[in-house]
Amino acid sequence: MGVRTWIDSWPVYRQLTGTDPLGRGAAAKSGHSARLTPRVASADRVVKSVCPYCAVGCGQNVYVQDEKVTQIEGDPDSPISRGRLCPKGAASLQLTTGDAREHQVLYRRPHGTEWERLDLDTAMDMIADRVIATRRDGWQWEADGTRTRRTLGIASLGGATLDNEENYLIKKLFTALGAIQIENQARV
Amino acid sequence: MAECHPVGFQWVMEAKARGAKLIHVDPRFTRTSALADLHVPLRAGTDIAFLGGIINYVLRQEKYFRDYIVAYSNAPMILREDFRDTEDLAGVFSGLDTDSHSYDSNSWQYEGSEVQAASGERDQEYEERSDGGSSVTEAARGEAHGAGGAVIGEGEPERDETLTHPRCVFQVLKRHYARYTPEMVERICGVPQELFRQVCELVTENSGRERTTAFAYAVGWTQHTVGVQYIRAASVLQTLLGNIGRPGGGILALRGHASIQGSTDIPTLFNLLPGYIPMPHAHQNQDLEAFVEAEATHKGYWGNMRSYLVSLLKAYWGDAATAENDFCFDYLPRLTGSHSTYETTMAQLEGVCKGYFLIGENPAVGNANSKLMRLGMANLDWLVVRDFSLIESATWWKDGPEIETGELRTEDIGTEVFFLPAAAHTEKDGSFTNTQRLLQWHHQAVEPPGEARSDLWFTYHLGRIIRQKLAGSGDEMDRPVLDLAWDYPTKGRLAEPDAEAVLAEVNGHDAEGNPLSSYEQLKPDGSTACGCWIYCGVYADGVNQAARRKPGREQDWVAAEWAWAWPANRRILYNRASADPGGRPWSERKALVWWDPDKGEQGEWTGHDVPDFKKDKAPDHEPAEDASGPEALSGTDPFIMQADGKAWLYVPSGLTDGPLPAHYEPQDSPFPNLLYDQQRNPVRQLLPPHPDNRYQPSGDEPGSGVFPYVATTYRLTEHHTAGGMSRWQPYLAELQPEFFCEVSPELAAERGLAHTGWATIVSARGVIEARVLVTDRMTPLTVHGRRLHQVGLPYHWGPNGYSTGDAANELLHLSLDPNTHIQETKAFAVDIRAGRRPRGPASLALVRAYRIRAGIDEHTGTEP
Repeated sequence: MGVRTWIDSWPVYRQLTGTDPLGRGAAAKSGHSARLTPRVASADRVVKSVCPYCAVGCGQNVYVQDEKVTQIEGDPDSPISRGRLCPKGAASLQLTTGDAREHQVLYRRPHGTEWERLDLDTAMDMIADRVIATRRDGWQWEADGTRTRRTLGIASLGGATLDNEENYLIKKLFTALGAIQIENQARV
Repeated sequence: MAECHPVGFQWVMEAKARGAKLIHVDPRFTRTSALADLHVPLRAGTDIAFLGGIINYVLRQEKYFRDYIVAYSNAPMILREDFRDTEDLAGVFSGLDTDSHSYDSNSWQYEGSEVQAASGERDQEYEERSDGGSSVTEAARGEAHGAGGAVIGEGEPERDETLTHPRCVFQVLKRHYARYTPEMVERICGVPQELFRQVCELVTENSGRERTTAFAYAVGWTQHTVGVQYIRAASVLQTLLGNIGRPGGGILALRGHASIQGSTDIPTLFNLLPGYIPMPHAHQNQDLEAFVEAEATHKGYWGNMRSYLVSLLKAYWGDAATAENDFCFDYLPRLTGSHSTYETTMAQLEGVCKGYFLIGENPAVGNANSKLMRLGMANLDWLVVRDFSLIESATWWKDGPEIETGELRTEDIGTEVFFLPAAAHTEKDGSFTNTQRLLQWHHQAVEPPGEARSDLWFTYHLGRIIRQKLAGSGDEMDRPVLDLAWDYPTKGRLAEPDAEAVLAEVNGHDAEGNPLSSYEQLKPDGSTACGCWIYCGVYADGVNQAARRKPGREQDWVAAEWAWAWPANRRILYNRASADPGGRPWSERKALVWWDPDKGEQGEWTGHDVPDFKKDKAPDHEPAEDASGPEALSGTDPFIMQADGKAWLYVPSGLTDGPLPAHYEPQDSPFPNLLYDQQRNPVRQLLPPHPDNRYQPSGDEPGSGVFPYVATTYRLTEHHTAGGMSRWQPYLAELQPEFFCEVSPELAAERGLAHTGWATIVSARGVIEARVLVTDRMTPLTVHGRRLHQVGLPYHWGPNGYSTGDAANELLHLSLDPNTHIQETKAFAVDIRAGRRPRGPASLALVRAYRIRAGIDEHTGTEP
């Protein structure tokens, strides 16, 4: 290493001689930090999305590398949010990729004291059986002599963080099943 | 707004930078107050008194926008002679039946006509309108059927454009609000008269031809036993001031979930079908014809309800829906009263409802009276929870509060629980509808991990499996399932249904399968199919309009090419009202849409936004006498969804609890009602008595002093609702690590509460503990001449996740708005004391001791 290079590598020298007299930018950069690139720079693609928290609907850019989400940032194109996100929106990388998410189906049998594993297909099949049986048990053609054609056995609650398309299918399926207690955060 | 919708709040700051004045009305001083010109702390639960005071100021000082209300509101309409206001009946309206806790709304109608509501309880007038066919009223809350006598048919209501007839809406309004004086506002709300005068002046100075004022509320306004009437009070005020349908005006609901607007538009709600078509109630001999006749309006866009409904039935049942079988109208299950989420809990406790799906919802801590929610779930046969993490609603059987108190034992609970991991928004395609009615598409970035799946996947495949299992069934009850149009293309390794195919079905298509572009194209004869009429056009030309993303900086201020707003990509509803009756903007600075006589063949509506009016309907258009539906709207009827085309200062039909907002005290209140003898909303919805849902004495009733403080619940910036999407995130948990309450230094001194120490908070329902935040942000108020302290309770918590604490909802009762069946979580009464709460059975004993001290039994607080 030449003397010149050695002196240049000294932050205080760069601070005194360079364009960064306060030492808060270029002067303070080490060789290591100078070589760093933002994690979004190497992303394979940027996918346009919308923040899943409140109803403002801020635009999000989702960065994907090796089929994994590596970063989520505000979308400057959005006329609603102009690139900004609040603390929750800015934490949506943890929401979507954090280790607090469950990846497996869990099952608690009646009177059971612990969770058990169940594979998804079996769970779907068991749930379908229960829907059919409970629907039938709670079926009501009439109430006080007036046609009702429904079941009071099955209810559902949820939907305000769901997509429109998901809510559409939920309402359609449950209505066809004759279930009426189909409810949502919008009433809570 | 700065706390809960921070990114939306940037636009309020933009307006402020251009000279707008910002008023923040809230019991607490928040980040919003810090940036406001005026912070007005008031007692939680008194907003109608506050807004009523402003209405009174507007009427007395003649600050209303006279030309606007004469032309565009129902101010000139004359009411029936038998209508009696709260002024005449000591705080209630005519038609009250105290035995059934309901109103007969017949006397609220206009003279000489009968008008049908465009929303709300449209079934109210069913019998009169359908020529018989009695309705089942086994749970008739909110049904309020008339006892007959109403005029059948729809005449022209009588009008007095001088607004001087003693029975015209304007004069009734004036008399109704005369008692809402500044002195009353001060005594009830705790807002000093000088501060209140400043509010009145700021609002009225900034309204009129040249200026507009906007009201924004977070949905806390809906969480009262008079929630709808809160918003009605704002509607009355904004209509009087001419602030509806104009840029910079309006009443903006700041909703708290990404698609909570969407989930009311395409509802997962018991009383609605997509596009706000009511779910049918059970009536004798009800066919499609009778239903439409009873529920549709004669005039306005609801006059085309049959087209919307038939198109929906075609989307649901496809080829099986034919003119011969009434388009499968009979397949729709029927309501008998209210079946809301809280009645569902009662049905679980009764053993009627046995299977329950929770889809991104956490009622075990997020619903009022969380304990009842858990007890209901403990009485189920099976429960399916779909979420990201193990929320409290999935684990209550193992570690819920009732296990600790010994009220439940895990081994005794028979509920079978399925936990299915859900896919995140980055792992699926789909649209959210934001709080401005804007549908925005989010694209899938990656596949969901492990067994996580979208709710689209879950619902589609559940339906597919059920249909497989029922295939070949000859049972009539299975026909609607087997006839259902349920063929969605799937893609990829996981067989994910194509969300865009679902969007296309929602948009609708003609008989040849071509996508529709407008609800004006929908037909009553089954030749069109459309899953949600107000969303028709979102897939116009086969293009996903919700996915449009032309950058904002490349567009004008309307940004019409970013995503798609329902209806018809209109950004401001009822914007015909932004122009005067002649079609010219009220003022150049507030121009939005206007009539251009030189455009088109004989003139056209044009402007910055998509006109919310028939494009070629001239301002001087008078409909033919026999016209109906949209054709019956005149050129000066901007409120095109209303049966009379006008903004309603007074509601002649559709509300269960009165045609005008009146101040009633919350269900649990330390104060008597100073305005009327009537203490509480006489028709508020109380659920059947349950030992864990006791109400408290109020006002002057003995025992009221046991719960001397007003409490309110709210959200923080760093958490979301019941915490399912925030308490498991390390960043957010670090920012707000545990449950706390906010109290003033004065209250802290009164009760010996230490900053960062513990407090125990008690109601007749439950007891919780919280860390104490002593702060000047909680302002003590002088109410009814005495010092009142309020306790602030953010409600995000439960025992699971990284950020933990008791759920504020343990304290709450179930007393609901009778129109919406929403619980009163924003104003109630509690006691607070220093220290941690007792553990185990001792916590039950504490609550019991409070009930005994306050003399509480099953009758307390249930008087009409």
